[in-house]
Amino acid sequence: MSATTAMEVNVEARRILAVSISKLYASRTQRGGLRLHRSLLLSLVMRSARDIYHSSRESEESSGAHSAPEEPMDTSSSPGEQARLSEAQHEPQPALNSAELAPEEPDNAEDCCDSDITEDKENLSPTKQSRKRRGKASAAPDFLPSKRARLEPGEERYAAPVGSCRAGAGESLTTLSLNRVIPAF
Amino acid sequence: MAGPGGGSSDVQWCFSQVKGAIDDDVAEADIISTVEFNHTGELLATGDKGGRVVIFQQEPESKNQPQCRGEYNVYSTFQSHEPEFDYLKSLEIEEKINKIRWLPQKNAAQFLLSTNDKTIKLWKISERDKRPEGYNLKEEDGRYRDPNTVTALRVPIFRPMDLMVEASPRRVFANAHTYHINSIAVNSDYETYLSADDLRINLWHLEITDRSFNIVDIKPANMEELTEVITAAEFHPNQCNTFVYSSSKGTIRMCDMRASALCDKHAKMFEEPEDPNNRSFFSEIISSISDVKFSHSGRYMMTRDYLSVKIWDLNMETRPVETYQVHEYLRSKLCSLYENDCIFDKFECCWNGNDSVVMTGSYNNFFRMFDRGYRQDVTLEASRENSKPRSVLKPRKVSTGGKRKKDEISVDSLDFNKKILHTAWHPLDNIIAVATTNNLYIFQEKLN
Repeated sequence: MSATTAMEVNVEARRILAVSISKLYASRTQRGGLRLHRSLLLSLVMRSARDIYHSSRESEESSGAHSAPEEPMDTSSSPGEQARLSEAQHEPQPALNSAELAPEEPDNAEDCCDSDITEDKENLSPTKQSRKRRGKASAAPDFLPSKRARLEPGEERYAAPVGSCRAGAGESLTTLSLNRVIPAF
Repeated sequence: MAGPGGGSSDVQWCFSQVKGAIDDDVAEADIISTVEFNHTGELLATGDKGGRVVIFQQEPESKNQPQCRGEYNVYSTFQSHEPEFDYLKSLEIEEKINKIRWLPQKNAAQFLLSTNDKTIKLWKISERDKRPEGYNLKEEDGRYRDPNTVTALRVPIFRPMDLMVEASPRRVFANAHTYHINSIAVNSDYETYLSADDLRINLWHLEITDRSFNIVDIKPANMEELTEVITAAEFHPNQCNTFVYSSSKGTIRMCDMRASALCDKHAKMFEEPEDPNNRSFFSEIISSISDVKFSHSGRYMMTRDYLSVKIWDLNMETRPVETYQVHEYLRSKLCSLYENDCIFDKFECCWNGNDSVVMTGSYNNFFRMFDRGYRQDVTLEASRENSKPRSVLKPRKVSTGGKRKKDEISVDSLDFNKKILHTAWHPLDNIIAVATTNNLYIFQEKLN
């Protein structure tokens, strides 16, 4: 795949991801509650977009093209997530903690985090310390940090420099646990 | 140009009536959400987003104009469902009527089932055209008379009065669905019916409201593993043990209730392999089935996905026997349709009385008919511009190539806010009811 095409696909995938997230976010507030079918379809699109985004970034990097200034893709540190994502991408990715991704099932996360912390201290980021248990019915969606401006469709979030504890948009989008979007009921 | 219908190739469709507000400002409560003829076609019911049901009745054919079938006039209007609040989940339950299903008539009264996202109700619609007069103890207005003034004894008699149509809820079937109900279907035994939500299908007896049997449950143990949901379900028209349900993955499963109490294992699964050339981001969304309908004969079933209508022979599971493209020109626009949410629209489809023609809606207030025998299709439009009485509908065409011919409309000019999701075909005659956003159009076959 040429660098330019990969770039286009990359941009397209990111745009679709952004649109999907804003739709998911908006659907929380609509009358009648979350629609399971719609949420499922949105998550399927997001998954496709994310996979394409990953593979197009792969080909970008391998072709040596100058890519937009962003951190390398990360995978979540929680083992369950790891297993799922590694099915999707076969190439190993550098692991940055996605502390943003507070899971919807706090119990699992707690267990995972505990074991991670003891084994993987180098990769700890300060935000990981705050393992505040969030209830399943928490208002803010887990994949969007609550204190940040809402992405309008087509908008890009400027990426934080490497080493910062706040994850950039690219990370939030790609480390999104799409499956976990569904059981919001 | 002739259009398909009724098995012959020369049916032309004429405007008959339009119901609903004229102004362009559509009140959300007036948005029509379901349309259904009863078993004789004499009654036509519509449900709207505001939870109301409006029933139209066909006037008997007049002897003066035998070539003109009777008009449909309002017979009864009632509030079926009200908005509710689920305190436990802090969720509002919409009053929108998702489906109406008529019961076959057994006595003077009519019965229908109507459902919103959570609750199904059985309504009795009865006529009152007589009232008793001449009570001994009551005045005509209902006040009780002073017993001392009663000096004679008489038998009250029934006298005619202006026709009053009353709707009363006879049964309320509640609290059986965690997810949103998308379908209800009456069984051919006329005693039971099913209700389907995203993950479960329940079987009810029409007389019993405090219990239902769960017959399909596709909820995974871990919701994170959810890959598909139930999108529609229907009973076979003749075999009371058979029903089908469609999924968001484009599959249809047929189940036999004699096999086991829980029909998680299907008896047949209908699935067409995906065309690898058509893969895109949105392949999965557009393969989701929005409606499934058995033919009247029970031999075939029809499914509607975003771009096409497929006819399946119940004896062949591997692929449909017929596929009709509804608006293939939208395939290259899926991304925009995703952004404006149109890709999530759930179109319904219907058969004509003798299963020779199928109909479904599209955008720009267009609707499409496919004649299975003559392999013809036609696109017609429901608009107030073509609403002179008995004016013949002109077939419409969407231009897909570069050159747009006269009278054709280009894909980019289509109004995606004007969608026809709900259509119904009279069970016996060539009369169709087509719902635009807030108007109901009735078209009839041109009779000479």
